[in-house]
Amino acid sequence: MVTHRAALGFAALLIAGLAAPQFGIYPTFLMKCWCFALFACAFNLLIGYAGLLSFGHAAFFGAAGYIAGHAIKVWGWSPECGLLAATAFAAALGWLFGSLAIRRAGIYFAMITLALAQMTYFAWIQLKFTGGEDGLQGVPRGEMFGMIDLTDNMNLYYVVFAIFLAGFFLIYRTVHSPFGQVLKSIRENEPRALSLGYDVARYKLLAFVLSAALSGLAGATKTLVFQLASLTDAHWHTSGEVVLMTLLGGLGTVFGPVVGAFVVIGLQNQLADKVGSWVQVIMGAIFVACVLAFRRGIVGELMALMHRIGLRRV
Amino acid sequence: MFEFLGITPQALYSQLLVGLINGSFYAVLSLGLAVIFGMLNIINFAHGAQYMMGAFIAWMGLTQLGGWLGDSTLQINYWAMLLIAPLLTAAIGIAIERTMLSRLYKLDHLYGLLLTFGLALIIEGLFRYFYGVSGQPYEIPEVLQGALNLGFMFLPKYRAWVIVASLSVCFATWYMIERTKLGSYLRAGTENPRLVQAFGINVPLMITLTYGFGVALAAFAGVLAAPIFTVSPLMGADLIIVVFAVVVIGGMGSILGSIVTGLGLGLIEGLTKVFYSEASAVVIFVIMVIVLLVRPAGLFGRER
Repeated sequence: MVTHRAALGFAALLIAGLAAPQFGIYPTFLMKCWCFALFACAFNLLIGYAGLLSFGHAAFFGAAGYIAGHAIKVWGWSPECGLLAATAFAAALGWLFGSLAIRRAGIYFAMITLALAQMTYFAWIQLKFTGGEDGLQGVPRGEMFGMIDLTDNMNLYYVVFAIFLAGFFLIYRTVHSPFGQVLKSIRENEPRALSLGYDVARYKLLAFVLSAALSGLAGATKTLVFQLASLTDAHWHTSGEVVLMTLLGGLGTVFGPVVGAFVVIGLQNQLADKVGSWVQVIMGAIFVACVLAFRRGIVGELMALMHRIGLRRV
Repeated sequence: MFEFLGITPQALYSQLLVGLINGSFYAVLSLGLAVIFGMLNIINFAHGAQYMMGAFIAWMGLTQLGGWLGDSTLQINYWAMLLIAPLLTAAIGIAIERTMLSRLYKLDHLYGLLLTFGLALIIEGLFRYFYGVSGQPYEIPEVLQGALNLGFMFLPKYRAWVIVASLSVCFATWYMIERTKLGSYLRAGTENPRLVQAFGINVPLMITLTYGFGVALAAFAGVLAAPIFTVSPLMGADLIIVVFAVVVIGGMGSILGSIVTGLGLGLIEGLTKVFYSEASAVVIFVIMVIVLLVRPAGLFGRER
């Protein structure tokens, strides 16, 4: 069920995630990383396994942030209900976008998702409850299940990490299920998958909805952490960022997006106050470098390296 | 005639004019995207950044160049820039195509999109670093200042010029591709590059020049736009997403189709501003959704 190497990876991830805040790493930074890591993994489900490049995934990330923020702050819902509602909303939005976008393939798919995301972005600007440019501020953290006090940063950290793990494991299981195998076959050769009798459109749509829902869960969790839902999360820059994280970590690898998210968020954190708007130039340069020289990404290259060493030993 | 809707004819005409102007930009930009896509099979995400570069080069030539060279009277005027800015931007584009894009043709087309997205981030980030996000004003050339009185409305001369200039460029491009020998090579190259190469035509060179030409169209639109919109590093980013929607609506198979779709959608956007201004930012995306439901390949497109 879980291969030997993947089990090792899981164990490392689990230990790193549990121990990291004990080593004095700023928990808010770590939580942001886990949110984006889940976001990138959800995105990777689509590009890495179904071969669909969505350039509008910030739509789900941002929308879920607003829904969770509004439900918790204005309607006074508990955090878990807010997260669930936001995830359900992102799934519905994903179904809507997905059923439109899968009518075209390849480059058109990317352009359609980008345009649809931009449409929702304009909607958030105009709707009153989102607070426009200021965003939805002061979302209370409250108590998870009525017993875990989330105002405590450590409690919140482990809740966020648990949410990430749940999402991550769901994606892992999906990818390695028969459903995931069909997705891969569609990526490799769509006409053949179609001729074997698979309803390709339905598989793509289901993958899209799942990816959108988990992206929404990530966005809603981020709102809980920062107590803020803002336009930035719905902007196409964020869509680009998640593409970059996945590409840098390794398209179609299980752990790649997690590594990519940590590297990108870490870089942004380190650079933001030192170089200002050079951050965008550096992100662009990483994009170019990845596409030109480094298409397997960090984890992909590592795996290829391990494979080569393994072959030599044999 | 429109009084019963609470809309004055002046408001209607002026919004239609704005719509026609935006439509001209959509037409030129989507035409550039279509030309590049036809030959290279990539979507040029840097198109918006290259449009912005065109506007910036024009602005630099008029206001900055003298300062740089220590002679404040030295400047390159608007008319010269209509030629120089597209050529300069095209030269940069050609360098990009030769050094980077040409390595990607054998791979999935999505890598071209990702590469040009990264380039767009770099270009925009650099201009933001040096010039900030606030816009720089660019003066309308003297000949085109003022307005014409058409009897039913005042038509600013510069706006009339923008429409005439962009439509002429669109028409010239259409003529070159559909009616000349060079264009026939290009069309053949779009259909089957290997066969065309077998006939002794230098296809890689043709691809390079095509990219340069598409980029030059974007920069040309940028120079035209400089006096209308303020020149800012962000001017291309949001525009290009709308142009993507235009391209999805029109389909990239037909040159004339891109031009007609661009103009038409600009007009519809202008009309929406008159009748229901809240929706004007999203009307093109809504039309895209409808087109996807009714005719997924686009109005002028064909599945390939």
